[in-house]
Amino acid sequence: MNLASIREKVKMIPKKTEEAAREKGIPTAFFVLVRKEFTDYIRSWRIIILLAIILLACFGSLYTAMTTISEAIDNSEAEELGNNLYLFLQLFTVSDGTLPSFITFVGFLGPLFGIALGFDAINSERNRGTLSRLMSQPIPRDDVINAKFVASLLLNVVLFFSLGFIVMGLGILLLGIPPTVEEFLRIFYFLIVCIVYIAFWLNLGVLFSVVFKNAATSALSSIAIWLFFQIFYGMIIQLLSRPILNPETITDISDAISRQGVVINLMRLSPSYLFEESTTILLSPSTRSLGPLTVEQATGAVAGPLPLSQSLLLIWPQLTGLIAATLVCFAIAYIIFMRQEIRSN
Amino acid sequence: MAPLIQLDGVSKKYDDQYAVKNLSLSIEKGEIFGLLGPNGAGKTTTILMMLGLSEPTSGKIKVCGIDSVRKPIEVKKRVGYLPDNLGFYQQMTGMENLIYTAELNQIPRKEAEKRANYLLEKVNLAHAADKKTGKYSRGMKQRLGLADVLMKNPEVIILDEPTLGIDPEGVRELLALIKSLSVEEKITVLLSSHHLHQVQQICDRVGIFVQGELLAEGTIDHLAKQLFQEDSFLVRVKASPISETLLSELEKLESVTNVKKTMNGLEIYSSENMAATISRLIVNHGADLYQINNEHYGLDEIYHRYFEGRDHVESR
Repeated sequence: MNLASIREKVKMIPKKTEEAAREKGIPTAFFVLVRKEFTDYIRSWRIIILLAIILLACFGSLYTAMTTISEAIDNSEAEELGNNLYLFLQLFTVSDGTLPSFITFVGFLGPLFGIALGFDAINSERNRGTLSRLMSQPIPRDDVINAKFVASLLLNVVLFFSLGFIVMGLGILLLGIPPTVEEFLRIFYFLIVCIVYIAFWLNLGVLFSVVFKNAATSALSSIAIWLFFQIFYGMIIQLLSRPILNPETITDISDAISRQGVVINLMRLSPSYLFEESTTILLSPSTRSLGPLTVEQATGAVAGPLPLSQSLLLIWPQLTGLIAATLVCFAIAYIIFMRQEIRSN
Repeated sequence: MAPLIQLDGVSKKYDDQYAVKNLSLSIEKGEIFGLLGPNGAGKTTTILMMLGLSEPTSGKIKVCGIDSVRKPIEVKKRVGYLPDNLGFYQQMTGMENLIYTAELNQIPRKEAEKRANYLLEKVNLAHAADKKTGKYSRGMKQRLGLADVLMKNPEVIILDEPTLGIDPEGVRELLALIKSLSVEEKITVLLSSHHLHQVQQICDRVGIFVQGELLAEGTIDHLAKQLFQEDSFLVRVKASPISETLLSELEKLESVTNVKKTMNGLEIYSSENMAATISRLIVNHGADLYQINNEHYGLDEIYHRYFEGRDHVESR
């Protein structure tokens, strides 16, 4: 057998249809699904309204931050200003008390946005009778749920990066201070943390949309969980921590520290607390630790903000935890969906 | 040639109950097969298993020669499925819905548009192509569903209760459409229904499906013969006078199994259509023949008998 005949034989082997389609420039089924979901999202009233609220809130918080910062600039001497590092980051954290700051808004509206994206992902398809039609097309079953996840994550990424960059741009325009590279990177990581946090709520919504047949049930359950972590979980932990931190039972300093650690770790079970911690560390570089610091630990330390790498190191566990929670939610949703009956009734 | 759809001892068990029990069925290329049975008989389960959307507990399923458990995607490339309560994306137009289906099947855009236009014309929806499907009536949706199923140019189409909830005129149109598709496009059709009259009109063969079991299958005539054995034809006669000799001669006729005298006429049961012979006999005997009708047992009676005699059939 010579080379030519081998070449001839290789030509005879039919190409896989997918490969052939790619060569012809036909989008893959997965891409088609993602594109359709994405279009649906940006056309749906639910998302448009939420986007409008988020935009309004952002500009409101930007305005208050701006007035606070420019007042500070006016009142202070040039030397002091030079010492006040990371002024730019304060755009996201500072407010004059009339409106909450940018991070507070994101921490509050972000989960709502995630839930709105996810809560009816699967059950609305099921109820409309489109799921079985979709399933009878030659696509793998998991493409459907993956496409929904990818499309909403994409929307999330686009939204938060554009929001963050708009705020940054306006900051440069109005304050006249350009951000340093480190400030820019900090904001970049902050936006990533936001996206991961929202992805968690999004996946919780998707999970409920697989479990509950009724869209209203899944929306209400997701919101209930969100409210629980946002508001009640902190209260409950405070209540629990009272006996733990009772000064009469504490014997020495190491005991006090370990008890404090227990309380903080309990708090960290809540994703919203993890988010809060991460954003604080990222946007307020002067924060040096998330737990209690003893005098011994603090002695010898140079007073000053942490470098970015150290800040990142500090929130690494939080970030990993959030990503893990997100993936766990998605994995459960995925498994249930793969095993579910397709029929609608 | 191997049958297009072949089920071999297929069972599906939910918890302790069989939804489908030891089903064997084969459907040839180009025929219209009707899967008949009451609600909850396991028709939809069977269809989902054929498409690989549900896994059988035991047994083998081959569609177009492909194992639908192992390679569901290959099967779904060749099979169009119209689910029983189908829906469309309401915010999209009929055309957009069809194009979306085409894209999921990797059909190039231009070809998809051409095909969608052709199919919309075919199902009489060309006027509503750019209307949002949220505003479609039930019958229109069903016809759009048929177009949607045909977008991928399938070898087989499986229709689950296609006539559900449509008005009689709509049903007539839909059935005519299905029939013409089967003839013109040479597509094999499997349809499930509990509307016997409708199925009777277009199906080449039917299978009667009750509680997960296929009780009988075959052409409608064949089923009637199988079920009613000898007396599958009934001739009602109104005539007078009816003499004893006439009666005895009728009874003597070959294939006549029973002759009953009623108020003003006769009921003659036979295994073949004997109306012509009977009428000639009556006239030859000098009696006046007022009326003669030939009652052929329809699917309704067959169906009814099966459900009535279910215990009997099961104990066989």
